[in-house]
Amino acid sequence: MAKAPARAPAPSEPPTSNRERPNDPQPYAASKDELLKFYEQMLLIRRFEEKAGQLYGLGLIGGFCHLYIGQEAVAVGLQSALSGDDSVITGYRDHGHMLLCGIPPKDVMAELTGRQAGISKGKGGSMHMFSVEHKFYGGHGIVGAQVSLGTGLAFAHKYRNDGGVALAYFGDGAANQGQVYESFNMAELWKLPIIYVIENNQYAMGTSVNRASAEDQLYRRGESFRIPGLQIDGMDVLAARGAAEEALAWVRAGKGPIILEMKTYRYRGHSMSDPAKYRSRDEVQAVRDKSDPIEHVKKLLSEQGVGEDELKKIEQDIRRQVNESADFAESTPEPEPSELYTDVLVENY
Amino acid sequence: MAIDIKMPALSPTMEEGTLAKWLVKEGDTVKSGDIMAEIETDKATMEFEAVDEGVVAKILVAEGTDNVKVGEVIMQLDGEDAGVGGSTAPAQAAPADQGAATKDDNPAADAKADEKKADAVEDSAHPAQEKVETGARQLFAAAENKAEVRDPAIPAGTEMVKITVREALRDAMAEEMRADDRVFVMGEEVAQYQGAYKVTQGLLDEFGDRRVIDTPITEYGFAGIGSGAAMGGLKPIVEFMTFNFALQAIDHIINSAAKTNYMSGGQMRCPIVFRGPNGAASRVGAQHSQNFGPWYASVPGLIVIAPYDAADAKGLLKAAIRTTDPVVFLENELLYGRSFEVPKLDDWVLPIGKARIMREGSDVTIVSYSIGVGLALEAADKLAEEGIDAEVIDLRTLRPLDKQTVLKSLAKTNRMVVVEEGWPTCSIASEISTIAMEEGFDDLDAPVMRVTDEDVPLPYAANLEKLALVSADKVIAAVKKVCYRK
Repeated sequence: MAKAPARAPAPSEPPTSNRERPNDPQPYAASKDELLKFYEQMLLIRRFEEKAGQLYGLGLIGGFCHLYIGQEAVAVGLQSALSGDDSVITGYRDHGHMLLCGIPPKDVMAELTGRQAGISKGKGGSMHMFSVEHKFYGGHGIVGAQVSLGTGLAFAHKYRNDGGVALAYFGDGAANQGQVYESFNMAELWKLPIIYVIENNQYAMGTSVNRASAEDQLYRRGESFRIPGLQIDGMDVLAARGAAEEALAWVRAGKGPIILEMKTYRYRGHSMSDPAKYRSRDEVQAVRDKSDPIEHVKKLLSEQGVGEDELKKIEQDIRRQVNESADFAESTPEPEPSELYTDVLVENY
Repeated sequence: MAIDIKMPALSPTMEEGTLAKWLVKEGDTVKSGDIMAEIETDKATMEFEAVDEGVVAKILVAEGTDNVKVGEVIMQLDGEDAGVGGSTAPAQAAPADQGAATKDDNPAADAKADEKKADAVEDSAHPAQEKVETGARQLFAAAENKAEVRDPAIPAGTEMVKITVREALRDAMAEEMRADDRVFVMGEEVAQYQGAYKVTQGLLDEFGDRRVIDTPITEYGFAGIGSGAAMGGLKPIVEFMTFNFALQAIDHIINSAAKTNYMSGGQMRCPIVFRGPNGAASRVGAQHSQNFGPWYASVPGLIVIAPYDAADAKGLLKAAIRTTDPVVFLENELLYGRSFEVPKLDDWVLPIGKARIMREGSDVTIVSYSIGVGLALEAADKLAEEGIDAEVIDLRTLRPLDKQTVLKSLAKTNRMVVVEEGWPTCSIASEISTIAMEEGFDDLDAPVMRVTDEDVPLPYAANLEKLALVSADKVIAAVKKVCYRK
């Protein structure tokens, strides 16, 4: 009997997906003025957060206080691409996103010190700040809640057909919450206009991504929901802006949600009370030395012929702004005791 | 050897239905699995299947007949082997009789949902058991109380129409959706299926799938999406198939919806209604039977409403949809099919936070809410026969609580019993008795008594369920105690 001819083993490469994919994002070609703006915004966040850290050390800020130092390029790059119709929501590491939404630094700082003039009248604190006027919807203290809530914002954009897109930020830690996937499912099912931004700063509090995530390439986390994902260098503001352009084009074309995994790094502890024993000083220092987002833009600026003097002037201006906001936050009064009972409900019954 | 085929009970609460259509005629031979008839319940049209073989001998109830009682013989079948177990025995029983003892013995007919996708509700739809006294049944029966209740909110001379609580809730949503495009409803099976309990019946047809949205089974996710949409300026109605499942979503109800206005210093609102059935249903066991009223009522920032009758269900749901605050609206499955008079007004809206005196009396105050009100009214009727004149207060809103009405009544009667279909510990009853003690101490001639469910997870067995749930007899005993009467 003739033997069946031996077959060559099937190639083991995974089949190529026939789903539509977004284009590979290109680094944004920023003009000199745009670059200066990015520099200024990143520097504002950094100096603001450094000041908040100082005030925390002095006991003027209490509770939990999560700083954004190191991650500035993510929010600056992404939010620079938004229009006035779009909405933003994030978790508790929210100071930077707020400043970028146009909320005055003194309103944020006064909230951190728990004063009546704070954006939430001193009742919210670091983790719970909102500005409906600036389309910033928090500021949420429960890990992952902003993902479902942000999906709801996207639902409202679609319902009203107002052309807006929701930008929902969350961390690598929140990426393991169940409600994230419940939201992914509905967002894709209903083609909601939302960009899910995973700010992967490598550590969920003290737990590194690969100790907590079976699939540690977080941009792939939408695959079983048919949501495309892109992995982006979150330390590069131009890469972040380029990714935002591509993501917004995708979402505004009605193709539904998209995931941006922004690889970034926080220099400080998870919160002010984190001794950060889970990583070495050398690791942190190496990132600061090699990939600092502000230094990166500074270099680009000097290549474009922007002199030290001009940068210094920006720096001085920002320091002045931050100092003023800190002075204000220290001196402005605490809420009236009667505020205890206001804003529990909107209406009277 | 004729076998009586009886009108089946197709849900825990069904007592009668419409024989919509016969699919067999006399002389036809049927075999197991053949669909013999279509029967309309208050929730759905169900197919009625044969279980055994036989020839249709006689059809006793014509198609199109309404109000056919569960257990009524609707046809006779000549079964070839009907003699099994004795030639004279009515060997085959309709589902209505099977539930307790004979379900597995020799069922003759069975019914299944006309939809393939059996959901939790259909899973829970045991045949009603006419002959089995269950706790839920007595709650259900008490809800039929015919006591005249007055409602000063209704203008004199208003025409009244009798509708079910289910219809009242649906009408409230439909009216508000017509009035305000920001209002939409989302939840499991609310659209194409017309609602697991048919509360959203007809809404998809009128408003389309932009505003009546079926969600996957994903409570945490859609409670969050609803809350986010409310923050973004819409007015969502989120239906939970039951509030037991809302435990998966309670984080958003409390942390996201209730606290936002306060945490934002009053600038970010969350105008949302979370609604669905709450409390014990019939024989569905511990995980499907719980009253969450006290849980939500403990949370500042929430409005919690638990209506009893159809007029309140409608007027308060409309108010709940209109208000800018987040509302937890607790309905009761056992009450959905109950009919009550509702004023025929273009815009029947009731104030939130106001209790209602359901029955005036001078000897004792019975405070309750939701289905407990039916028991309180039944108890009050029986007590009247014994010369005890009870005042019955329906709280209607659990947060904010109408303390004034309660304390005023206490000042009049000097005695108080609180009736609650729920656990005793940290209950609304506990709260009311605390208020009576703190603010009405001088008016008390006796300690306030709590009449609640037993402090156990709700058991399945009919006798145990009955023992666990609150009853009119327990209310009567407590009232006699505070009146120092035997």
